[in-house]
Amino acid sequence: MLSRLVLRAAPAALRSLAPPVAVGVLHTTRPLHTTQQCLAPLPPLPEKGGEVRYGLIPEEFFQFLYPKTGVTGPYMLGTGLVLYLLSKEIYVVNHETVAAACILSIIIYGVKKYGSAVAAFADKLNEEKIAEASAVKDAAIKDLETAIEQEKKEQWRVEGRSYLFDAKRNNIAMLLETNYRERLLTVYNEVKKRLDYQVAMQNLKRQKEQDHMIQWVEKNVVQSITPQQQKESIAKCILDLKALSKSAQAAV
Amino acid sequence: MKLLDVKLGQLPTWLAMRDFTPGGIAGALRRGYERYYNKYINVKKGGLGGISMVLAGYVVVSYIWSYSHLKHDRHRKYH
Repeated sequence: MLSRLVLRAAPAALRSLAPPVAVGVLHTTRPLHTTQQCLAPLPPLPEKGGEVRYGLIPEEFFQFLYPKTGVTGPYMLGTGLVLYLLSKEIYVVNHETVAAACILSIIIYGVKKYGSAVAAFADKLNEEKIAEASAVKDAAIKDLETAIEQEKKEQWRVEGRSYLFDAKRNNIAMLLETNYRERLLTVYNEVKKRLDYQVAMQNLKRQKEQDHMIQWVEKNVVQSITPQQQKESIAKCILDLKALSKSAQAAV
Repeated sequence: MKLLDVKLGQLPTWLAMRDFTPGGIAGALRRGYERYYNKYINVKKGGLGGISMVLAGYVVVSYIWSYSHLKHDRHRKYH
């Protein structure tokens, strides 16, 4: 039962709560969320207020009397009412009436003369407020549109990613190839060096054997030349030389 | 249901249905105020009628409240 009381009190509390929402022009103290569905965004303000005739009597009164009494009904009612009040002196004509007449005439003159100017000024103030708010809104929309375009550009860039990766793959393949070839060259050079060493070793060995053998042969030959053979070879050489000199002199 | 839709004979029944607790009266005043406010003042191009009706009502109410003093200014005693 207490919960039911609370439930009954809730909408009334909500209605009396009615926090004012000051958003520039929209100054509403309407109760919010009294039903389940909520209007967000708020509906725009009506353009013009209720029609009022002569600044005092709402138009609905004239429409209310129109079916029964036509157009002049309310005016007749007004005239009759005024005459009744005056004749029965329910409305007493005294100094205050004169004061009221002067004040009313001045007010009406002022309204007639400056009404449109004041209305234009108020409209200009409203326009400025609305322009500020919509400028903020337009700036926000433009920023979001720029963000959308940049996002689309990024998406377009993503499509080029495949080319980027192809180029990178090519680069890496070239690096691997270069590395491989360098290593091949190193291997070749190393093997060549080792083979050259072996060849040089063999050459050196053969040369050393040759030299050694030549030396040994020469040594033995020189040893075997006895002094007697030396003399004989020298005498033979001298005879040969003389023969040659003779043939040379004959030739000259 | 609204007062303008009530037939004359059903008026006492309708009055009995109304909520006369202080909260109810306050709610009714608040609703009346909101109706007037949203119809004549909370609009984009409000006119003079919005406040002039309130001032006229104030003038009438203050005349009614001071009628007992103004009675003595009458020009004739018997009407």
